[in-house]
Amino acid sequence: MLGEGILKGLVETARNFAGSYFSKDRLTTVEYPEQRIPQVEAARVFPFLVYDGTDWAAGLRCVACQICEKECPPKCIYIEKSTDKKPDYVGKMQIYPARFDIDVSVCMSCQICVEVCPFEAIKMDTEFELATDDRFAGLLLDKSRLAKSNEYYYTIHPTEAAEVDARLAEEKAKVEAKAKAAAEAAAAKAAAKAAAEAPATAPASADAAQPVQAPSVKTPEGGKTAGGEQ
Amino acid sequence: MAERADQLFVFILHWLVGFLPATWRPAVAVVLCVASIIVVFGFLFALAVLMERKGLGRMQNRYGPNRVGVFGILQPLADAVKSLTKEDIVPFRSDAVVHFLAPVLLVITVFMGFAVLPVGRNMVLVNLDSSLLFFFAMGASTELAIFMAGWSSRNKYSLLGAMRAVAQMISYEVPLLLSSVVIVMMTGSLSLVKMVDAQNHYTWGLPHWFVFTPWGFAAFLMFLIASTAETNRTPFDLPEGESEIIAGYFTEYSGFKFALFFLGEYVGMFGIAGLGTTLFLGGWSAPFAFLSWVPSWIWFFAKVELWICLFIWLRGTLPRLRQDQLMNFAWKFVLPMTILNLVVAAVWRFMGEGLPRWLVCSAVVVIAYVAMSRVGLRRKQIGPRSYRYAE
Repeated sequence: MLGEGILKGLVETARNFAGSYFSKDRLTTVEYPEQRIPQVEAARVFPFLVYDGTDWAAGLRCVACQICEKECPPKCIYIEKSTDKKPDYVGKMQIYPARFDIDVSVCMSCQICVEVCPFEAIKMDTEFELATDDRFAGLLLDKSRLAKSNEYYYTIHPTEAAEVDARLAEEKAKVEAKAKAAAEAAAAKAAAKAAAEAPATAPASADAAQPVQAPSVKTPEGGKTAGGEQ
Repeated sequence: MAERADQLFVFILHWLVGFLPATWRPAVAVVLCVASIIVVFGFLFALAVLMERKGLGRMQNRYGPNRVGVFGILQPLADAVKSLTKEDIVPFRSDAVVHFLAPVLLVITVFMGFAVLPVGRNMVLVNLDSSLLFFFAMGASTELAIFMAGWSSRNKYSLLGAMRAVAQMISYEVPLLLSSVVIVMMTGSLSLVKMVDAQNHYTWGLPHWFVFTPWGFAAFLMFLIASTAETNRTPFDLPEGESEIIAGYFTEYSGFKFALFFLGEYVGMFGIAGLGTTLFLGGWSAPFAFLSWVPSWIWFFAKVELWICLFIWLRGTLPRLRQDQLMNFAWKFVLPMTILNLVVAAVWRFMGEGLPRWLVCSAVVVIAYVAMSRVGLRRKQIGPRSYRYAE
C-alpha cells in the first residue's frame, strides 16, 4: 500500500536517531583535533631528510647528488652543493648540501624523490599539520627543518626503516670486507715483495700485482654500484 | 493563576500601552505585536536550524554541530555572524532592483501570514473574518518572490529552480486549499479563531480536534503532504535540488540576502505548521481536558515545534522526487483525494451524530486511499525494450 515504505523509512531513521544516543559504536566520527587515529604505516605527506646519530648537520645522509632535484616533477627542491667534504656513514669523504630547501606549497607528495635517492637520504614523513600563517618563509622548509633522525623514521615507518637499515648495514659490511681484503692483499703483496727480494721471477710478480690493483680501483666503484642497487 | 499565565502577554501589552495617550494606543499595540512576532519567530528560526542540523546528524549517525557553545547550541549565532559579514555579490548582468526586492518580499509575505494566526487565547494580531483566505493569499505571494529571484539573477539554474518552484507550488496550492476547505465546511467560518474555538471542547477529557475524524485525518495527511511541497522541503525540494541546479532560485544570492531566503523558508515552514496546527490539531487548545491549566501559547508553540520535528524527520528519511513523480502525485493522487474528502465531509455533516457516520466515512476514506494509490499512481508496465533494425 502507498505509504508503507515511507513508514518503514521513518522507523529506520528514528532508530538511527535514538541509537546514536545510546550506542557509541554508531558514531564513527573522529573529533579530529582532540581525537586522533594512528596513522597507517604507508601514509606519506611530505619528504624529510634522514640523519644518523645525534648531530643532524653531521649525520645527514644526503650527498647533494641533486638527483631528486632533477626528478622532482613540480620542481620544489632546491639544492646547493658544499665546497668542502665530510665523511658519510661508511667513512668515505662526500660533499654535502650547503642548502636544501623544499617548498611545501609546491610539493605534490608524489614520493619520486624518495624512489630515486640512491643514498636513502630522503624519506616521506607522516606529519600533515603543515599549515602556517607565514605563507612565504613558513612554507619553504630549509634543511634544519627537514632533517629528522633515523629513530624518528623508525617510529613512523618501522618496517621500511628496518629494511633500509639492513641494506645500509650490508653495504657497510661489504665495504668493510673489501677494505679488509684490500688490506690483506696489501699485506700479502708486501710479504710477496719481501719474498721476491731474493728470487725475482716475472710470473710471480704478475700474479701478485693482480690483487693489489683490484681493490684500489674497485673501492670507489663498489660504493657507486651499491648505491645504484638501492 | 493559570488564567494569569495564559493571558500573561496580553496583560503585558495592555500594561505597556497604558502608559500612552489613548490616541496612540492602537498603533503602538500593533507595532509591539509585530515586533514580538518577528522576535519570537526569529528565535524559533534559530532553534529550528539547530534542531535540523543536530537531528539530521543523529539520523545519519553523526554528531552534528557541537563546537560553538555547549553541545553546539550557539551554532545559529555563528551562522548569523557569518551571513552578516559575508560579501553581498550582485551579478553584473542581473536586474539589481528585482534581485534586491525578491528576498525582502519573501520575508514580508511569510511574516504577514502570522498576522492572522492565533498563537494563544486572545492572542491574534488581526482577528479577520476571512483569515484563512488572507493566509493563503500571503502564502501564494511567496511564489512571486521566488520567481522574482530566479528571473532577476540571469542565471539558468536560478531560472530553472524558479520555474520548478512555481510549477510545484501552484500544483500543491490546490490540494492545500481543498484540504482546508473541509474545515471551513465544518465550522462554517473562514476565521481561524473560530476554527480553534470549534475544536476547543472535550468529551470524556478528550479534545474534539478535527484530526480525530475520518475526513479530518485524511485532510490532515493531504495537508501535510501539500505543506511539505509548499515549503519546498524534502522530498519535494526540487526547486533547490543541489545535485541538479546548485541551489535553484537563490543560486546567485550571497551574504545577508541568502540568509533572508533561508529565514523566509523556515518562517514559511512555521507559518504553514501553525496553520496546520490551527486547522487540525486544535490550535492553542490542550490535548487533554486536565491539561487546560497550561498556558495556551505553550500548546501552540509545542505543536508547531512537533510539526517542525516531523518535517525534519521526513527530510532525514526521504529522497528527492523526480519532477514527473511530483506532478503525478499532486494531480493524480492528492487532488482527487482532497476532492473526495469534501464529499466525505458533507456526508459526515448530514448523517447526524452516531456510529454509522464514523463507519461510513472511515470506509470511504480508506477504500478511496487504497484504490487511488493503486489506480492513480499506476505505472505502465513496460517490458524490456526491443529494437528492430532496418535490413
